[in-house]
Amino acid sequence: MSSPSDHHHVMPVRTYLNVFGALLVLTVLTVVVAFFDLGPLNVAVAVTIASAKAYVVLLYFMHVRYSNRIIWLTAAAGFVWFVLMLALTLSDYATRGWLPYPEAW
Amino acid sequence: MTKSRTHYLNVNHTVGSWLFTVDHKRIGLMYLGTILFFFLLGGIAAVLFRVELMTPGSTLMESETYNRLFTMHGITMIFFFLVPSIPAVLGNFLLPIMLGAKDLAFPKLNLASWYVFTIGGLLGLGSIIFGGVDTGWTFYTPYSSTYANSQVILAALGIFIAGFASIMTGLNFIVTIHKMRAPGLTWFRLPLFVWAHYATSIIIILGTPVIAITILLVAIERIFQVGIFDPALGGDPVLFQHLFWFYSHPAVYIMILPGMGVISEIIACFSRKRIFGYKVVAMSSLAIAILGFFVWGHHMFVSSQSMYAGMVFSILSFLVAIPSAIKVFNWTATLYGGSIKLDTPMLYALGFIGLFTIGGLTGLFLATMAINIHVHDTYFVVAHFHYVMVGGMVMAFFGGLHFWWPKMTGRHFSEMLGRITAVVIFIGFNLTFFPQFIVGYLGMPRRYHIYPEEFQIFHVLSTAGAAVLAVGYLLMAAYLFHSLILGKRSSRNPWKAIGLEWTIPSPPPTENFIDTPVVDYEAYDYSLERAYEDDEEDHS
Repeated sequence: MSSPSDHHHVMPVRTYLNVFGALLVLTVLTVVVAFFDLGPLNVAVAVTIASAKAYVVLLYFMHVRYSNRIIWLTAAAGFVWFVLMLALTLSDYATRGWLPYPEAW
Repeated sequence: MTKSRTHYLNVNHTVGSWLFTVDHKRIGLMYLGTILFFFLLGGIAAVLFRVELMTPGSTLMESETYNRLFTMHGITMIFFFLVPSIPAVLGNFLLPIMLGAKDLAFPKLNLASWYVFTIGGLLGLGSIIFGGVDTGWTFYTPYSSTYANSQVILAALGIFIAGFASIMTGLNFIVTIHKMRAPGLTWFRLPLFVWAHYATSIIIILGTPVIAITILLVAIERIFQVGIFDPALGGDPVLFQHLFWFYSHPAVYIMILPGMGVISEIIACFSRKRIFGYKVVAMSSLAIAILGFFVWGHHMFVSSQSMYAGMVFSILSFLVAIPSAIKVFNWTATLYGGSIKLDTPMLYALGFIGLFTIGGLTGLFLATMAINIHVHDTYFVVAHFHYVMVGGMVMAFFGGLHFWWPKMTGRHFSEMLGRITAVVIFIGFNLTFFPQFIVGYLGMPRRYHIYPEEFQIFHVLSTAGAAVLAVGYLLMAAYLFHSLILGKRSSRNPWKAIGLEWTIPSPPPTENFIDTPVVDYEAYDYSLERAYEDDEEDHS
């Protein structure tokens, strides 16, 4: 039943500490950025930092980096579906202004 | 020939042996009991409001009561009956057996899913007992947020929790299909029932978290006054519809895909033929699962959704008709030249093909933006989705239940009564829902119980049909129950079908297979002699 890929990959504690450090730095960055008004980039920057954190957690804490390809596919599917949800929802919000509002008769 | 062979039903008789079982077959039966209870509940609600609808005025009940009854019908039927029906009952029972496995990959998770589902169901039941919900099953904001005056939170919590049961089942199925196939059982030798459940599980896992999060957002808005859906707080009510339908449209495919899997099994067996275009039918399940996520905006053509988004969603909705049509054409092609036997399960399968086709094609009317505006929120929509959900899914569920009943219980039901009932249900169904297409097209809106007199004839026809349908269901309950006690004992393979589940005794032993089977043949290979070989099994 078990194949080599089923075995747990043992990671050194150092890696976990490094990842923890990276997450702390990114959190501080989020807070610092919040003090600057970047205009339309506010959301973009916040989402980028949050995505980077999620990516690190996924790869190291959740061991995806050391898992087999079917796990990669599963993780990627979740991400692709999330993007799909945003993209098609935005197809509504981004195009609502394209038509002028009708005037009263 | 031993007098009483040990099988999964008689291995232990205590209540505890059921409540703590990890046997997928017993859990399947526990799910069967639970969902039939909710089917009865939703059915009673339907009967009550159908009687009210016989007259144009408010005769039996106030509008408030009427609103709560149709919401109760929708919520119980969709979340507590249709979504779990085939996967949690027939899928649970059959999937490991069809794969040649002794159980699902995570048997305890499977049992946990039943408990989680039951807790969700009880909360849903609680919401009904404590006064009901009046938002409709769709929980649209602001009905469910700003203007909610009923048990919205309790019902939503029930659905939220039941969603986790779906996820557990879906996860279990995916892992089992990947990891526990018998030697020789390659992906393209899998029964189409398994392919359908694989596709369904993918939708469940990718979609269900979104409805859970959406319900949570409604709760967060109400409790913490964070503006998400309420414009007064800076939110957008249409965002709720986007998030809700991102799950709830694919949920239609969660409901119908397992039914399509059942139909493939039945059609192959009672035509004595391999399913025409097996690989394409298998792939069309995956295509439906994936494309199903691209179409949700067709529910929102008359909301404030942008017209351009509407055009995109309309085109994408037409695409999903292609894999559905592939299935219908291939089933029909399978029938061609087959040696057809019209036994009870086959009658349901043929009913499914016709009714699902009507349901599916009227879906294309609704996906057309201009027609949608005319028939939006009318009985045309009600008729459309009942043709898919009842004419499709419920027919498939009962077809499958009859097909595998001898395997599950070890008993035969009365074939004559079975056939009569299938016909009664078919007639009752059409009498109930066909007039709704017409009255909807003429302008009768859904969710109103006071209506112009010229629509009365259609409502009377519809209610008469519902009565016929109810007689059919009661008749079925009667002869199936009768068969449990006095039914003829079933052999290993009463329908002479091909498939691993027919190679083991009826009812199966707890461990399903004494020796792991080796599969060296294609699915539905009805040229094999094993389909016709005499059944020498003990009729214990």
